[in-house]
Amino acid sequence: MIESQAVEEIKETEANPVLEPAEEDAASPAKPRKRRRLKVAHPERCIGCLSCMFACSRTRTGTVSLQNSAIKVQTQGGIEGDFRVVVCRGCQDPPCARACPTGAMEKRPNGSVVFHKDRCIGCGSCEKACLVGAVTLGKEKKPIKCIHCGACVDFCPHGVLKLEEVPASGG
Amino acid sequence: MLRKVLYIDLSKGESWVEEKQELFDKWMGGTGVGIRLLQEECPAGTDPLSATAPIILSIGPLNGIFPVATKTVATFKSPLTGELGESYAGGRLSLALRFAGHEAVVIRGQAEQPSYISINDGEVKIKDATSIWGIDAQTTGVILRDREPGVGRRSIIRIGPAGEAKVRYAGVVVDTYRHFGRLGLGAVFGSKKLKAMVISGTETIDVPDAKRYKEVYNRLYKTAVQTDVMEKYHDIGTSVNISALNWLKGLPTKNFLLSSFPQGENISGEMFAENHLFRRLSCAGCPIGCVHIAALKTAFSNHHEFEVKKVSYDYEPIYSLGSNLGVGQAEGVLQLIDVCERLGLDVMSAGVVLSWATEALEKGLITSKETQDVPLQWNGVDGYTRALENIVKAPNEFYGALARGVDYAAKKYGGLDYAMALGGNEVSGYHTGPASIVGQLVGVRHSHLDNAGYAVDQKAVKKPMEIEMMVDELIKEDNSRGVFNSLVGCLFARGVYTEENIIDSLETVGIWKTKDDLMELGKRIFEEKYKFKVQEGFDLSKVRVPRRFYETVSAAGLVTPETVEEMLSIYRKKRGWSDLL
Repeated sequence: MIESQAVEEIKETEANPVLEPAEEDAASPAKPRKRRRLKVAHPERCIGCLSCMFACSRTRTGTVSLQNSAIKVQTQGGIEGDFRVVVCRGCQDPPCARACPTGAMEKRPNGSVVFHKDRCIGCGSCEKACLVGAVTLGKEKKPIKCIHCGACVDFCPHGVLKLEEVPASGG
Repeated sequence: MLRKVLYIDLSKGESWVEEKQELFDKWMGGTGVGIRLLQEECPAGTDPLSATAPIILSIGPLNGIFPVATKTVATFKSPLTGELGESYAGGRLSLALRFAGHEAVVIRGQAEQPSYISINDGEVKIKDATSIWGIDAQTTGVILRDREPGVGRRSIIRIGPAGEAKVRYAGVVVDTYRHFGRLGLGAVFGSKKLKAMVISGTETIDVPDAKRYKEVYNRLYKTAVQTDVMEKYHDIGTSVNISALNWLKGLPTKNFLLSSFPQGENISGEMFAENHLFRRLSCAGCPIGCVHIAALKTAFSNHHEFEVKKVSYDYEPIYSLGSNLGVGQAEGVLQLIDVCERLGLDVMSAGVVLSWATEALEKGLITSKETQDVPLQWNGVDGYTRALENIVKAPNEFYGALARGVDYAAKKYGGLDYAMALGGNEVSGYHTGPASIVGQLVGVRHSHLDNAGYAVDQKAVKKPMEIEMMVDELIKEDNSRGVFNSLVGCLFARGVYTEENIIDSLETVGIWKTKDDLMELGKRIFEEKYKFKVQEGFDLSKVRVPRRFYETVSAAGLVTPETVEEMLSIYRKKRGWSDLL
């Protein structure tokens, strides 16, 4: 198999499912602004098939990879133990953005975090700042970050994952 | 695609990688590549438990890349049959091999002291396993998990005490609940003083056309989860067959003395699901989750203190350690499965060996002197537990004989008429009719999964079929499974991988094949396997069919020796073989 060369990531600004304030406001100006966020709704239903991880790397990077996946299914005590499904929580006050020294992880007004690859120096501060372990550095020392697009949700056979709407400012 | 073989020499403590593009181009991967490497590595007449005998693990071009392509094939010389050894396991092994970058691994030689192999991407280390030699298969996994990298993406394969003792039907446990069960790979590991392998990797694979890849992936994924092609495995699981075959009179009971089990309802898949099933698991890359895990809760005092064992079950172990031993409670079956798991024994062979011993004791061919007062009697779960432990410890000649398989034991003590093996391999749980018998006789590894004769029988029960047509079906399956096992897909997912889907998914990884190419490949692989079998002394004209098959009514009524012989003769003719083979 060919080693991954330049992994062409989907441009976050293109793929970001966050409802843009402009279109939302135009649709119903009275409604509060919202953003979509991935949630592990039923971790105990996980069967460990890893289809979500493959969906993530396939959709976001066009590769077959566990490393390029922003969602992580981990075992605890092997297959006999319970699975732990690690996803970005879309924090209200995201530590990854706070920790980033270059503004590569940028918090937007609606609460979502955008990653600017060109600003990233690969220091790993974001990875250290995330207590749940949802941010990890990939092969180029750049963080692999969930964009809450929901591709994984479509490939979970047991409804473990859910895409929910939360108030734009909150979490 | 870069196609490589990793070689590990345990005698020299060395490893290296060789590019073998031509081998993979010609033989695809999996079992096709496996048989060719075996021919290269295993000289005629090699002692299967010697340093000269190789172990080959191989995956195919779809593993890790497409859903339900989750298996790895092990190819070796079987210490049980003395000819082709071939066994398949799921779990996380194929994925781990894919991301470690090795489509095939050849293990040569023999370690001086107990060892395990650690493969982490390109790094291969042979490490000391002295302190875990003698430890059960389950605990070995627990220990290595803490020692080795790759949480969540690695595979740990290991033997238990049965493999160390070279019991001829010892298996290799893969990620706790899956196995290279059949034909004694565990004994080959043991003979090499190889306790375990831990494999993990971090490679990323680029496909030539990501858009097309997504299209084909989505199609296969949807077929697996949204249609009924895999429904059986998704719900009750393979154990749904207990009730079905019991009703059809095809469920081997008490060493095939009967073909239906009066207590069958108590050990049915429905009963397990209702009372014991607590969890389902998947092999990595399969959304079905067919691995059914039961909780076996036993009180160990009268103060409400319990031990809970988590045991995986399927149709075959329920047959071999359940109905076949007259065990009529799910708890008893689970206990025996758990014992085999820990010892690292193939459940199917173990059950058939015990059922023969039970009958031999009943008929007086052996006595309590041979069994060392272990009560071998139908439904005697505790006695069977002790006997399984004795097979591994081999405290006397009798248990030593049992450790060599039912053919060997019956040749020594008598009772060949009911020593239920075909081609030297203890039989699977189907007394469905002639196609099951003939299928296992002619199959390359003498397994029900070589050509699914049991399914042909069941088709014939519904709609009568000429025996020539039955033979045609066996040949078709023999060949097409060779292709599927080169990919290496899970046989439960054959409905997902139609010829069209195989061709499309191969194309997305840069392999162009036509239907004719695939058919021709299947035939070639089958022929290469037979070359190896014949070289090692297999002779289809001399195979033994235990009389019991003709005495106990099957799902298709009484099977006659004439029918089986006629089918074999048609088979030979259609294969273009003389009557001598």
